[in-house]
Amino acid sequence: MVKGVINGIPVEVKAGTTILEAAKQVQINIPTLCKHPDLISSAACGLCVVKIKKLNRMLRACTTPLEEGMDVQTHDPEIVETRRTVLELILSNHPNDCLTCGRNNNCELQKLVADFGIREESFEKFVKEIPADDSTGTIVLEPQKCIKCGRCVEVCQDIQNVWALSFLERGVHTRISPAGDIKLAESPCVQCGQCSAHCPTGAIFEKDDTAKVWRAIQDPEKYCVVQIAPAVRVAIGEAFGFPLGTNLTRKLYALLRRLGFEAVFDTNFGADVTIMEEASEFVERFVHKKGTLPLITTCCPSWVDFMEKFHPDMIDHFSSCKSPHEIVGALAKTYFAKEKKIDPSKMVMVSIMPCTSKKYEITRTGEMFASGFQDVDIAITTRELARMIKQAGLDFSHLPEENPDHLLGDYTGAGVIFGATGGVMEAAIRTAYFLITEQKLPKVEFENVRGLKGVKETSVSVDGQEVRIAVAHGLANVEFVLDKIREAKRKKEPVPYHFVEVMACPGGCVGGGGQPYGVTDELRTARARGIYGDDEGSALRCSHENPYVQKLYNEFLGKPLGKKSHHLLHTAYKSRPIYKR
Amino acid sequence: MDAAQLEKDVSEIAGDWKNKEGNLIMILHRIQSKYGYVPREVSLEISKHLDIPLARIYEVITFYNYFKLEPPGKCTISVCMGTACYLKGAPTLLNELERVLGITEGQTTKDGMFRVEVVRCLGCCGLAPVLTVDGKIYQGVKKNEIGEIISKYAAEENGGNGGHKEKP
Ligand code: SF4
Ligand code: SF4
Ligand code: SF4
Ligand code: FES
Repeated sequence: MVKGVINGIPVEVKAGTTILEAAKQVQINIPTLCKHPDLISSAACGLCVVKIKKLNRMLRACTTPLEEGMDVQTHDPEIVETRRTVLELILSNHPNDCLTCGRNNNCELQKLVADFGIREESFEKFVKEIPADDSTGTIVLEPQKCIKCGRCVEVCQDIQNVWALSFLERGVHTRISPAGDIKLAESPCVQCGQCSAHCPTGAIFEKDDTAKVWRAIQDPEKYCVVQIAPAVRVAIGEAFGFPLGTNLTRKLYALLRRLGFEAVFDTNFGADVTIMEEASEFVERFVHKKGTLPLITTCCPSWVDFMEKFHPDMIDHFSSCKSPHEIVGALAKTYFAKEKKIDPSKMVMVSIMPCTSKKYEITRTGEMFASGFQDVDIAITTRELARMIKQAGLDFSHLPEENPDHLLGDYTGAGVIFGATGGVMEAAIRTAYFLITEQKLPKVEFENVRGLKGVKETSVSVDGQEVRIAVAHGLANVEFVLDKIREAKRKKEPVPYHFVEVMACPGGCVGGGGQPYGVTDELRTARARGIYGDDEGSALRCSHENPYVQKLYNEFLGKPLGKKSHHLLHTAYKSRPIYKR
Repeated sequence: MDAAQLEKDVSEIAGDWKNKEGNLIMILHRIQSKYGYVPREVSLEISKHLDIPLARIYEVITFYNYFKLEPPGKCTISVCMGTACYLKGAPTLLNELERVLGITEGQTTKDGMFRVEVVRCLGCCGLAPVLTVDGKIYQGVKKNEIGEIISKYAAEENGGNGGHKEKP
């Protein structure tokens, strides 16, 4: 522990704690711009400067550790003036497009400039012309608005190990770009959107598809249906002042009806179906030795894309099962349409997702058209939904609670935990256990696969056999797991795992690239708490117990992995070579 | 470019430097001396060979003005954009060059004849606006003189019409 003084208040912290963190302990917020709690600071902006009294110097609080005996001043007129100058310098290279910017009212730079009351631009303006890049259809880059904080580059390179983004050139010419000024769509980008979730400004944001949704809702010819992903319900409240992690599932159902959707489904139902298929697949491979082990989950399209680009040798390991929202899409336009006598060609399926990559997934391969139509027509993110709610003038907080539409709406606790890292694994084990032993699990919770550790390795005993498990989130963490599998294969040793879950985003979908801004581990944990709370509160906690899932198989699909399931609920993968990272 | 030859070049050059500090910069330096610029195919090959992400290689290439991403061109035309030149019409000259040659700043004409660059102050503000062709200074240049200058070099170099864009 080291002791110091901040603004005259004594403070004691663990050695190595930055002045920024130490100040928080004594209720002082030092303003920051380039620093993000998930990331090592690039110390690029200089906004967080503080005075160290004896040294008579200004240092950056985000990177300077508090040292024994240090006497720090965080705020005085001179420091505030310095910070104002830093902001004014940033503005001299920034277009003033706030009113038409994707981050208007939600921008870290805008907020700081407002807080510091900057009323005029005192430096000569130089804003380099750099065209926007919307080549991916999911993520839009507007490098003109970039303040060169380095967060996106660090996320993309270090957390995701994709290396799609980098800084090119230097000085006023510095810009974010894929290697050598190619389009993002030609780069290895897997469209996870983590860059957009970490960018403090409007330089990277999700492609806005809300206009398409409004148009579909208004079209009298169309029958518009909607589904919400597990992670959306515990995050959307942040945009409306609810406490962190509040589960708003049933208010959301009411809200979506009022927005004009004719039927409201839940992706969690699709998750229950995914589990029926995926657990059956696991049993095939594990018990009946048909197929490659470990089985690797494929609910995350960014992970699928990452694997297809960089690890195509792993394709055999992949579950062929589609992700939950694609399953709901395919079933809506076949099963639901048939039961309710609706013309599927008139149906528009909208998915509300925590994820930018789902925008890509909906046309990923031919199998995404299994119903004979595009199974999911539009995917929008949580952030886009928040804007729609505001545009519609709905008083979210006071809406009543409603239920989803049957057939594709009711879910079990296993379906909802898909939204957090480890959840797919936990849900699958609950059902696989039943399929193998035909018995009820004594305890459905598997604490070892929960939480934010990058790679979680554990094992569970099923029918006297050990099932070895790995759960990874944040794509850089996957490499460790894959290397271990490859190594064992090379040495012809027993596989290190039987079942592997991967989610591209840190924390899983609760930390998705399309979720409300400001993600930190604290927030990921709060959102996950909301999800696990929903599971605990559910009467049914295993997918195979869902009466609507049973009805679906009895009346429509037949058996898991059967012919019809295969046609509607499964997909295939292929190598998509791209330049090496 | 011949892929096999390229691989051979890269592995030779990279081999010399593989385990040395600062190797990437030295390898890029050697590549540029050999080819006159750093072609994308070469960067891709270096990335594979040394297991360095392509993004990192481009960060280094674009950080230093020295490295070129385009073939150099037989004649390099540098337009000064220092304050004096800027005010006296350098942007117009640049536009005219780009129009006549059908390329933009930083590029080389298809036939490899001309390359256009923008430079910071050349230090002879009294002569503004200034441009240089292979180091030779042209002072007080006017827009309508651009065509003439280009034709002169094109004729000198190969007796043809050089980098002139074919008129449709
Ligand atoms: S990034 Fe922020 S400050 Fe810049 S234009 Fe957008 S809202 Fe305004
Ligand atoms: S979306 Fe993901 S992979 Fe693509 S640039 Fe952003 S962080 Fe990198
Ligand atoms: S794009 Fe955003 S996150 Fe990336 S460096 Fe620029 S301001 Fe920072
Ligand atoms: S926040 Fe500390 S230097 Fe930017």
